[in-house]
Amino acid sequence: MTDFVSGEHQGRNLPPLTLHVPEPRFRPGDTADFSDVDVPAAGVTPRPDEQASAGAIRDLAYGLVRVLDDEGRAVGPWNPNLADDMLLRMLRSMALTRAFDERMFRAQRQGKTSFYMKCTGEEAVSIAAAHALAYDDMCFPSYRQQGLLIARDWPLIDMMNQIYSNSADRLKGRQLPIMYSVRDAGFFSISGNLTTQWPQAVGWAMASAARGDTRIAATWCGEGSTAEGDFHSACTFASVYRAPVILNIVNNQWAISSFSGFAGGENTTFAARGVGYGIASLRVDGNDALAVYAATRWAADRARSNAGPTLIEHFTYRAEGHSTSDDPGQYRSADEGSAWPLGDPIARLKAHVIGLGIWDEERHAAMDLELANLVKDAARAAEKNGILGHGMHQGFETMFEDVFEDMPWHLKEQLAMALREKKAAGV
Amino acid sequence: MTDTQTAADAVQMNMIQAINSALDVMMERDPDVVVMGEDVGYFGGVFRATAGLQKKYGKNRVFDTPITECGIIGVAVGMGAYGLRPVPEIQFADYIYPALDQLVSEAARLRYRSAGEFIAPMTVRSPFGGGIFGGQTHSQSPEGIFTHVSGIKTVIPATPYDAKGLLIAAIEDNDPTIFFEPKRIYNGPFDGHYDRPSRNWGGHPDAQVPQGYYRIPLGKARIARAGEALTILCYGTMVHVVASTVAEMGIDAEIIDLRTLVPLDIEAIEASVKKTGHCLIVHEATRTSGFGAELSALVQERCFYHLEAPIERVTGFDTPYPHSLEWAYFPGPIRIRDAITKILKD
Repeated sequence: MTDFVSGEHQGRNLPPLTLHVPEPRFRPGDTADFSDVDVPAAGVTPRPDEQASAGAIRDLAYGLVRVLDDEGRAVGPWNPNLADDMLLRMLRSMALTRAFDERMFRAQRQGKTSFYMKCTGEEAVSIAAAHALAYDDMCFPSYRQQGLLIARDWPLIDMMNQIYSNSADRLKGRQLPIMYSVRDAGFFSISGNLTTQWPQAVGWAMASAARGDTRIAATWCGEGSTAEGDFHSACTFASVYRAPVILNIVNNQWAISSFSGFAGGENTTFAARGVGYGIASLRVDGNDALAVYAATRWAADRARSNAGPTLIEHFTYRAEGHSTSDDPGQYRSADEGSAWPLGDPIARLKAHVIGLGIWDEERHAAMDLELANLVKDAARAAEKNGILGHGMHQGFETMFEDVFEDMPWHLKEQLAMALREKKAAGV
Repeated sequence: MTDTQTAADAVQMNMIQAINSALDVMMERDPDVVVMGEDVGYFGGVFRATAGLQKKYGKNRVFDTPITECGIIGVAVGMGAYGLRPVPEIQFADYIYPALDQLVSEAARLRYRSAGEFIAPMTVRSPFGGGIFGGQTHSQSPEGIFTHVSGIKTVIPATPYDAKGLLIAAIEDNDPTIFFEPKRIYNGPFDGHYDRPSRNWGGHPDAQVPQGYYRIPLGKARIARAGEALTILCYGTMVHVVASTVAEMGIDAEIIDLRTLVPLDIEAIEASVKKTGHCLIVHEATRTSGFGAELSALVQERCFYHLEAPIERVTGFDTPYPHSLEWAYFPGPIRIRDAITKILKD
């Protein structure tokens, strides 16, 4: 008998229940040791046909697709055998993204904007994917895929104008920095609410299929936000309608200060989430640009041939803080990044192209210098359009525009009030 | 044609037939219109509002969905971004809450946050309101949740004629619109007396519905009854309950059927209250922070010096919608009569 008021057991001899609250293995001050992380050798994972049934390739959700080995050689069936110029293009996009991040992070620290988010260590995830997709395929990113825009050669100054919320910001200063929207580059407006873009990407892909179009959609979220309901709604829809969509989970181990265990990462892989939905699911070395390219290309070919969606877990590491607003030194071991067993994506691709004899240290150093200057020049040009908090860059009326297609009376009244306040404030 | 004309091809329709006709007309006119939702395809919807559409327009344009309202609206946002014009159905308004983030943070904000690069031109149809013994999960009136959100329109028809014209306007509108259908009056107007035999729309002038295309502009109220004694602001089922109660009392009330809550026809409200000097607001939704509170504030701000008595509100109670006590909860003729008497007692 249980006394439901006191909760005390009467006459039962059972062990007390315990609650498991996940705890990361390393906290500040600990020495990170990832020697128990299972990293299969490059080249050993088989590459199935793009038409394979999801059930037949379940093992891939628990393995790790890798192409670049420890010596920087491209090996195995997933080797995409890319042309030299494509390899160098990807290397350059990744290096440019890192240079852009460095500059914009510093701009935030200099008080030129309110917020910034780097993607350091995760450049391959977005850039290799962008190169494996067609330019007119539609991307529904989360907030850490700036590499998509850079890989698609979108002007840096336009991105910076958005970051500075200045007079040339096409989004009229409405969005938090880095929440870009670039329709012309197939880059959907970033929300800030997590994983909402997943069902939207599926809907876009369903529309494309219903119309007999040839374009596919791709979307990204972090491993932490796979816990959102939207993730599961999206997987259900993608599976049910066999939508031509690529569902990317960027498992960078950390969601602000919560390690992947709080999204279930202690118990299974994130790629395995797709298995239950009957979605073809790949787990990929996210720091290996060639593996990301190959997996994305496999998924794109699968989608384009009406064989359905693919879920890809990119196993990677968030080398820096979540954003400018947190200090990772407060919640994780400082040497996790250097101990990460999959290395740095730029260093690995660089070693590969040097090994091929198409690149060398001198050219790389020259490129880094050139890109730093490119970013510096773009930033200076963007700053001429203003920086956040220094002057008003948008008219008051812009605050009321685009709420609806046509401004209703109540917003017109509120606009009149705002303009009276502007006058009273003398600004 | 305008919304006051009756076409030569008008036929008798109930509200479901009128909604079905609106969807049919729009699917015929615009290949971008797609209909989706739980049970809307082969079966034609639990209330039959989408009957026959899948057969006529095919499964690529009319399809059943998984039971995830979050997914339905999220997918509709993506389809809108592609260039389609989705008309998702949420089977009952009570089921809309899992979709709230996609509606509030996504659909409603997309035009603004992308400065017009992407829009969400969707019309979310959903039966709402009580009076059919639906219990707490098939009876709610959540319109006040949506009128509080910037960037979303809320439309509620009260007649078959309006249901078709407003739904066509909502589908053509480039902003996301919540289209709440008062399911108690799907099959006939309701006088508020649950113990009397229910009527159908037969012979009702507002049930003569043109078979072709027409639209009723969003943001334009309808004077359901012209009068001098007091102004009654209402929408949906309550328009008929109010009209019946007013007739029983022999009061010369002016009944304004708001039709659209956002954008609101403030001019019609202001003109009427300034004329009558009295204002009653009636809705079925719960009272606290309901849309009646907004109406009351607006009337007070704009018509204070014309008011001869305090504004009154008649609403549902601030409780969940009870099953067995449905008619004790429902803001019926007794509650309305008491409020009218109180307003006019001086």
